[in-house]
Amino acid sequence: MRKLQFHPCGSFKTSYQQDLNIFSTDFGRLWMGISIVLLFGVVPFISSAYILYVVNNIGIYAIAAVGLNLLIGFTGQISLGHGAFFGVGAYAAAILATKGGFPFFLAVPIAGVVSAAVGMVFGLPSARLKHLYLCIATLAGQFIIEYVLVQWEGLTGGAQGIFVPSATLFGINLGNDRAFFYVIFGCFVLMTWIAVNLIRTRIGRAFIAIRDNDRAAEGMGIPVFPYKLLSFAISSFYAGFAGALFAFYTMSITPEPFNLWLSIQYIAMIIIGGLGSIPGSVFGVIFIVTLNEVLSHATEYLMNVGVSTGVAITIAPLREFVYGLAIVLFIIFEPKGLAEVWRIVRSNFRLWPFSY
Amino acid sequence: MKAFRGEPSIFTSARPEDRRAELEVKNLTLKFGGITALSKIDLNVRDGELVSIIGPNGAGKTSLLNSITGYYKPQEGQISFNGQDVIGLSTHHLTRIGIGRTYQNIELFPGMTVLSNMLLARHVHCGYHVGKASLFLKSVREEEVRHRKILEELIDFLEMQAIRKQLVGSLPYGMRKRVELGRALALQPRLLVLDEPFAGMTLEEKEDMVRFLVELNEAWNQTMILVEHDMSIVMSISKRVAVFDFGVKIAEGSPDFVQNHPQVIKAYLGDTSKIE
Repeated sequence: MRKLQFHPCGSFKTSYQQDLNIFSTDFGRLWMGISIVLLFGVVPFISSAYILYVVNNIGIYAIAAVGLNLLIGFTGQISLGHGAFFGVGAYAAAILATKGGFPFFLAVPIAGVVSAAVGMVFGLPSARLKHLYLCIATLAGQFIIEYVLVQWEGLTGGAQGIFVPSATLFGINLGNDRAFFYVIFGCFVLMTWIAVNLIRTRIGRAFIAIRDNDRAAEGMGIPVFPYKLLSFAISSFYAGFAGALFAFYTMSITPEPFNLWLSIQYIAMIIIGGLGSIPGSVFGVIFIVTLNEVLSHATEYLMNVGVSTGVAITIAPLREFVYGLAIVLFIIFEPKGLAEVWRIVRSNFRLWPFSY
Repeated sequence: MKAFRGEPSIFTSARPEDRRAELEVKNLTLKFGGITALSKIDLNVRDGELVSIIGPNGAGKTSLLNSITGYYKPQEGQISFNGQDVIGLSTHHLTRIGIGRTYQNIELFPGMTVLSNMLLARHVHCGYHVGKASLFLKSVREEEVRHRKILEELIDFLEMQAIRKQLVGSLPYGMRKRVELGRALALQPRLLVLDEPFAGMTLEEKEDMVRFLVELNEAWNQTMILVEHDMSIVMSISKRVAVFDFGVKIAEGSPDFVQNHPQVIKAYLGDTSKIE
């Protein structure tokens, strides 16, 4: 049997194959195995209904955040329209399911494809625009899509929204949170694996090259604009896919949640998690969703305690304030995000107890 | 000439017709508004040649390289590569048909390791598409390993074994130039275009670089265009030298011919006839 690698104090690789592995040590693989078992085997059974709802939301947002990180963190194209692309996916799935009669397992990926097409259209300005200018162009995308979702009543139901029928997969009703948990996290694991694969092949290398120096990327034989569009497409596919899951999970959608605030939240998630890091996107989502829930519970609690009701009403906007503060503090103290914190913790363990 | 630094398979196993490079620049004129950067330039590079371009600052050397590699679009004239008209083709297309280059102000990716920088250059030689890449199929894995082997041979050739996993941003300047040469070679170019590869190097680094270039040219028959200011290097390794001044080619020929050409002396040293 192969000798297992736990805490190597140097590079002991003996084949180029080993350099391509996702986990460089068996220790990493072991932990990944353990966490997957915990995630699928334990979490849905010990969580209360409320916790499970939060966890499911984390899973849905994590899929979209991984996609957004491919676009912003790896390709360096800032998109302020991701909330809208998420909405396009949600609406596409809802319309496919209600008007087209598509089953769940077809509606979700098709919604992803629709969203990818829309994302590519709003990625077209990236041919000419960079950085902040592109950011503003995608902001236009956000407002156009929001407008269409509200105004095209024949298709989207306007402000009333759409009621989505409960999803069934292979004859199993996904109406309850626990069943849907498995669908969300199955998709999450698959999509994350695909993102990691893209990054370690020529596609991801081309994305990173475009982010770091598009002139040199061109000199390496990379057609810059098609790759930017590809990045927009992949990232919007992730957003649309997540949006479709969201639509089936909440069972009723209105244009309201898919506003600019959602786009900003996505960007906050990947900045706090770590730009250019797949695990970072997931950490960021966990952080933001948890923070949101904690803050809303805190304000609610203060409201209900008689003594502090008056105070609570005045400090209710504090939620947004704390939210902004968290982002600012992260940018100042750990600009590389939670992924960097995680890396430091790991390397401390690797060298423990001889940290020199 | 005997090869001294291993036998990189991109040279040994390639058929001669896959490495053939014939560049013909005819009557090339490049203008930026009212400024004429290049006027009526003719230059031929034949297969297996090492042609150097020299000239004072602002003579148009880098402008010519940028025109050849597609960064600038000249207004008049032709550039043909292996019989194909290449004016108007984009840089990435030119890279694909075999024109690889290095840059005057190193354009590496500082946040990546030496190895990832070089892997990037294998982009056009990777055959798989997005679908296969996303599933990381066995064929993708095998192809990645194949490219890694090719790169290791180049790393041996350029004696960069010790730095292959280091970030390019942490390397000294001379080493970065060497990495950039390695990355350009990984493109597997028919025509290698080098823009001042010796700038800012110490003497030892220059000596190493000269050895690499001479071996590439003599043992592996690599066609090259070299723009350089270090006259002793240019004169000792080039087969042909073209001299530019103010966007005009003022002389072309063997190093000896060029060194004694009156106009060249005038361009570099000024008009000596008035000093009496």
